Amino acid sequence: MPENYYIRYLPLVLHLVAALLIALPVLVLTTLIGRRKKFAQKMQAYECGITPTGDTRGRFSVKFYLVGMLFILFDVEAVFLYPWAIILKELKMFGFWEMLVYIGVVLVGFFYIVKKGAIDWGETARVSVENV
Amino acid sequence: MTPNEISYSHILPEVVLSVFGMLIMLAEPMLGERASRKPLGYLAFFGTLAAGAATLYQAQYPGFAFWHMVHVDAFSTFFHLLVIGVAAVVILSSLDYVEEETVHAGEYYGLVLLGAVGMCLMSSAVELVLIFVALEISSIATYVLTGIRRKNAAGAESALKYFLLGSFATAFFLFGVAMMYGATGSTDIPNIALTLAKGSIPGLVYVGMALMFVGLGFKIASAPFHVWTPDVYEGAPAPIVGFMSTAPKAAVFAVMLRIILQTGAPGWLYLIWGSAALSMTLGNLGALLQTNVKRMLAYSSIAQAGYILVAFTAAPQEATSAVMFYMLCYAAMNVGAFAVITFYSGKDERRVHLEDFAGLGATNPLLALTLTIFLLSLIGIPLTGGFLAKFYVFQVALKANMVWLTIIGVLNSAVAAYYYLRLVVAMYMKPAPEGAVRVAAPLPMKIALLAAAALTLYLGIVPTGVLSYTTEAAAQLLTAPAVKVVTGQ
Repeated sequence: MPENYYIRYLPLVLHLVAALLIALPVLVLTTLIGRRKKFAQKMQAYECGITPTGDTRGRFSVKFYLVGMLFILFDVEAVFLYPWAIILKELKMFGFWEMLVYIGVVLVGFFYIVKKGAIDWGETARVSVENV
Repeated sequence: MTPNEISYSHILPEVVLSVFGMLIMLAEPMLGERASRKPLGYLAFFGTLAAGAATLYQAQYPGFAFWHMVHVDAFSTFFHLLVIGVAAVVILSSLDYVEEETVHAGEYYGLVLLGAVGMCLMSSAVELVLIFVALEISSIATYVLTGIRRKNAAGAESALKYFLLGSFATAFFLFGVAMMYGATGSTDIPNIALTLAKGSIPGLVYVGMALMFVGLGFKIASAPFHVWTPDVYEGAPAPIVGFMSTAPKAAVFAVMLRIILQTGAPGWLYLIWGSAALSMTLGNLGALLQTNVKRMLAYSSIAQAGYILVAFTAAPQEATSAVMFYMLCYAAMNVGAFAVITFYSGKDERRVHLEDFAGLGATNPLLALTLTIFLLSLIGIPLTGGFLAKFYVFQVALKANMVWLTIIGVLNSAVAAYYYLRLVVAMYMKPAPEGAVRVAAPLPMKIALLAAAALTLYLGIVPTGVLSYTTEAAAQLLTAPAVKVVTGQ
């Protein structure tokens, strides 16, 4: 651990102090000075200025969550592809084969979810999902 | 073979296990809707055999690889074989369980193998971030396996509890790694050891060690991080409890040995002392009150983790050897005990209460006999592995002048005898309830049970071979070449 170890974090502390100095008075002053008026429109849920319709706690089909989860599979794959593409020239053919193996592994997962009917929203899928 | 190189032979068992895990994922949807899932189980079992062979091959090429991230030595080979052996026995004992319960067989077997990948990697990783990645691979697999009986409310409850608390604990570990990096400027265990050996120890090292201990203590279910254990073990499928109470624990103990002993970091002795004493006491007292056998064994596993922690207080080489030997005995007897429960509990795990085991000695002699061997070993009766393991642990602790800890341990062993023996008494001295069924265990289950029982007895009667191996592995672990790694430009 170098001598000036904690000193190096001084800017961070100063930043924190400055943030508090600005934010705290604003919060305190508005609660002390500000007037509070409550009326029906003000207490409504804020939906970008449009009059809200229906209940906020509506029910979603579990499939939305499933799709959201499966999206990560491909999202992460794409995220790994970007840095790989940048250093591919340095990695040469080794990098190419490694990425093929990686994509192959991802495709195994894709094959599995397709075969299991996880992204099939049709009538047949509903039956098989209920079976499991 | 230079350390700064990609060397697949150094991660061969992990590669083999991953490939088989993926093969199972490919094969499962190809099987018909109503077809038996046993072929997947046999494929998984074959995968563990191949991984075991890969480990033996790998053991011939010890040393660093992947820029000092992986180190293959006798120590890592031992834990690889332990984890893979546990996985093999668990797979054999789940073949019929998976047929009966409503679980996705492909995910079940695949996750056992992929979880084993993480556990194997934990025992050979010597870099804190890689250890963290391996820990996560193993943890996420076990979270899913815990809740794999989707139609079961207790299973869902235990999976949620395990996942939330487990992720929280992993964050502690990661935070500890960050502190350690801040204090020493490296995440490589050899490098940290070099920095710490230079002299003045910054305060951050203590914080880092404590935080890492919280994360790892959760995974081995040592007090005061044990509260999740009974609920999770009760709700998880019985064969999976056998798996997750042994294999990940063995891997985490390997990590603890590497982090604590290889870095030579200070300040952990009091943590371990307190945690060991608490785990033994709370685990055994809690187990006394249980009538559900799975919950009882959950508390017993907390206590067993405490006994293993006692070994850490000894001199480094003896401590390592004692932990390795104890872990092997514990894995054999605990996996065996849960294999018995897996088979006997039946569909939806109906028979898991103490009274359900009444008269088992008459109705199912093989099950009763093997379960008795495992329970006697858990108590620590001579001629079983559990006795020698406990004896060895307390002996090395006494040598290091840990008198009070040893006294607490021995007193606890006496308390523990009560609840283990209660189960034995129920099996042999109580009449079987009306309509008790006599079902012969299928062949794979018999093989699994007899293998675990044979290992338990073998370790108790002729331990010299294993003990000399663990001593040698401990010596290798502690004299591992500390290499200054040049990282960055």
